[in-house]
Amino acid sequence: MKGSFVIVGFFVFGCLLGRSGLLPEVFLSHDLSQYVLYLLMFLVGISIGSDKKLKEILRSLRPKLLLVPLATVVGTLVFSALVSLVISRWTVFDCLAVGSGFAYYSLSSILITEMKTASLGIQLATELGTIALMANILREIFTLLGAPFWVKHFGRLAPICAGGATTMDTTLPVITRYAGKDLVFVSIFHGILVDFTVPFFVSLFCSF
Amino acid sequence: MFTVVAILFGGIGAGYFFRKVEILQKVGRPISYTIFLLLFLLGITVGSNDTIVNNLATLGGQALCIALAATLGSVLAAKIVYHFFFKEKPRL
Repeated sequence: MKGSFVIVGFFVFGCLLGRSGLLPEVFLSHDLSQYVLYLLMFLVGISIGSDKKLKEILRSLRPKLLLVPLATVVGTLVFSALVSLVISRWTVFDCLAVGSGFAYYSLSSILITEMKTASLGIQLATELGTIALMANILREIFTLLGAPFWVKHFGRLAPICAGGATTMDTTLPVITRYAGKDLVFVSIFHGILVDFTVPFFVSLFCSF
Repeated sequence: MFTVVAILFGGIGAGYFFRKVEILQKVGRPISYTIFLLLFLLGITVGSNDTIVNNLATLGGQALCIALAATLGSVLAAKIVYHFFFKEKPRL
């Protein structure tokens, strides 16, 4: 939880500085954040490629457990596509890109802003990135606060699927409390897998 | 767009090739710092953009819709998977 405040703090601090109008032009240039993004993607790639847990998890895996992250991905994407019928401002792919953040708000918002700039222009891309940030923070909050409700009405796997990419860290405590301790492994495994899918799904939906 | 995906895969290749190098296991920390920096820069872009600041409520409403839809979709799918594959069998 503390980590989440730090992350949002950096964003808010940036907002206030940007608002103040005191910053030199160089901070507003799109180039700077683009190169930092390249660095980030390279680091994320290294973390996926060198991960020892991932290989072990995939080996020790009961195939049935794959149904849990699959449910998260399918449920999220189908409903994110449907909601684009209500939100006339954004296309179905824009909504899918936001939805496929799977509550990983920091990475998804940055990726969407940078990658949508080419197709939507910087104004709309920044708006969609801001939406992605808020939507995926809200999803984490819904998981944290709603966990008992989801368990009661949608079964013990529901808070895990709701938590998306966060179920191996920030939302793990509430999940084990309300869904049961025996699901700790499922929750961690689910979080790691969904976490790794975020850069792929977001860049896929940003390419349309 | 293509560049970003190419760099991601380049990173995966490099990470796999050098997976025995201890320091790569600690890549999570620089990832966090880079994310902080990018969110700070995104904050600056958002804060200095009057259109976005004036429309925060609208954007927040759209974010709420997508968040609700995504969460509901996944708990519904979770219910289906739980019901058919995970539910404890009643004792006879």
